[in-house]
Amino acid sequence: MNYVMIGNSTAAIGAVEGIRKYDKKTPVTILSDEPYPTYSRPLISYYLGGKVTEDKMYYRGADFYERNNVTPMLGVKAETVDFDNKEVVLQDNVKIPYDKLLIATGGKPFVPPMKGLEKGNVFNFIKLDDVKAIKKAAVKGSKAVVIGASFSGLKAVEALVQREVDVTVIDIMSRIMPRVFDDTAASIASGVLEEHGVKLLMGTTVDEILGDDKATGVKLKDGSVIPCDFIILALGVRCNTDIVKDTGIKINKGIIVDERMRTSVPDVYAAGDVSEGYNFIEDAYMQIAIIPNAYRQGETAGVNMAGGEAAFRKGFVMNSMPILGLPVISAGVSGTKDDICTKVLYKPEENSYKKFYIRNNKLAGYLLVNDVDRAGIYTDLIRNVTDISDFEDSLGEEDFGFLSMPSGMRKEKVLK
Amino acid sequence: METSEIDMKRKRIYAREEYCVGCRLCEIHCITAHSRYKDDIVKAFKKSAPRPLPRIIVEESKPVSFGLQCRHCEEPECVKSCITGAMQKDPETGIVKNDETRCIGCWTCILACPYGVIRRDSRGKKIASKCDFCLEDGGEPACVKNCPNEAIYIADAGKPIKSGEAEEPGETNQSGGSVEYEESGLREKGCEAR
Repeated sequence: MNYVMIGNSTAAIGAVEGIRKYDKKTPVTILSDEPYPTYSRPLISYYLGGKVTEDKMYYRGADFYERNNVTPMLGVKAETVDFDNKEVVLQDNVKIPYDKLLIATGGKPFVPPMKGLEKGNVFNFIKLDDVKAIKKAAVKGSKAVVIGASFSGLKAVEALVQREVDVTVIDIMSRIMPRVFDDTAASIASGVLEEHGVKLLMGTTVDEILGDDKATGVKLKDGSVIPCDFIILALGVRCNTDIVKDTGIKINKGIIVDERMRTSVPDVYAAGDVSEGYNFIEDAYMQIAIIPNAYRQGETAGVNMAGGEAAFRKGFVMNSMPILGLPVISAGVSGTKDDICTKVLYKPEENSYKKFYIRNNKLAGYLLVNDVDRAGIYTDLIRNVTDISDFEDSLGEEDFGFLSMPSGMRKEKVLK
Repeated sequence: METSEIDMKRKRIYAREEYCVGCRLCEIHCITAHSRYKDDIVKAFKKSAPRPLPRIIVEESKPVSFGLQCRHCEEPECVKSCITGAMQKDPETGIVKNDETRCIGCWTCILACPYGVIRRDSRGKKIASKCDFCLEDGGEPACVKNCPNEAIYIADAGKPIKSGEAEEPGETNQSGGSVEYEESGLREKGCEAR
């Protein structure tokens, strides 16, 4: 009996920890095409910004593999999976048999068709090796173009600002973080970016990357040219399903999993950014490319792989991301739909903005800019589909907390 | 049941709002216990630079108040959500602890914690600040030890005293809880009432 994980990031680690709740012994093999022991992917921007050194990037301590009887095979690329013979096929046709398999291959960068992508100094922003390469180009005073003004793009921008690089951000949408922010929130955060000298070019696209061998600039759709020394592509991730392409496993955009993280193939599980799990706020199966989701999915898969019974029914999008010192937290739905009403509290003098999305007397989502304290209480209201009609008025107030709730509800939530 | 009989891994700090008088001594003693001057409130407040943040949150809306701190959950959302791996539940002690050397202040734990008891400490390197059960001081939380009214007590996870079951407070410290306050018996009493 053995477990095999393809992938070595959050979902795979969650799965190991899930397995070990039920099965202390059976060996686990982790296959990763990266040469590093498990590390925190989001820390790459902090590494680039000089806030974290490589030796502090580990996601789990140095004894993690040994303590959990895991054999890490690092720097090894899995090519495909032979589901009939229950083997993972590596490059050079080496075969790794499995009894239970987890596919946790994560996401791969989305790169739209664009002329000149093959040039040097055009980088993705996903892995440690990406930022190691960027670090060489991102010298003080150099010029960067970041394409994409969502989470990862803005984390790249932050790091580049900290490296004293001159940054221009380009996005097709009319505002930064278009899915999470509305115009007001975007203008607050844009203000902070601009205070740090970041140039924002919204509502435009790059037609072509200019230069000979190396990128020297970008040409926008209106024909204008932005000179630069390097380019970072940060347009989000797609499910990295390459390894199971044409194997018959059920895939939509990602590998389809049920609430126990089982795929359509027996003994094969998937978790994290590669999978399409259930988003209970949207009532739909979709990729939820965030760390908390990857961990919970991985852990759920692990428990089930080890013969336990676990279901993850509470997947939804949530993010916390300070932008150059401006805290931003969001969870659940964002954007208005017919059945959703919103409550907004805006204090321009404090750069504080709070927005709540309410559906049928339940909190369906929220956004907090600058004043993010105790946000988890709101997250919990979403997670537990709590009826908020008794205290809706106090959402977002400075002293909002359990005392805002009726006594019975408060005690139920606090005295657990 | 005495505190010592509770499995350390299942110890939780609870509050009784019926007993809490909103004196905030828990905050003061928490700050002191996490300062360089653990035994000297005055020095802790005057000489600590920066003065530690309290790791207990006191909610107050007169006449009701209560203190709230990390539950060291069995299935901690903060640990599972932590993007760096700095937040971990110690398998030996059951305590959820933030490795402040690895915390980068992304506040994902604040987004995840259902109790809202993790604070932003932005005064130096940005880190998440939370209750550590005063583990370095032998796992006797300063807030529990110094609550003058037994409003904060330790019980087995999931078995707090529900209102109505609670006995009248024992001998309360009429002075309002000075540093010399004797903690003897109170925690046990709090647990006995279960």
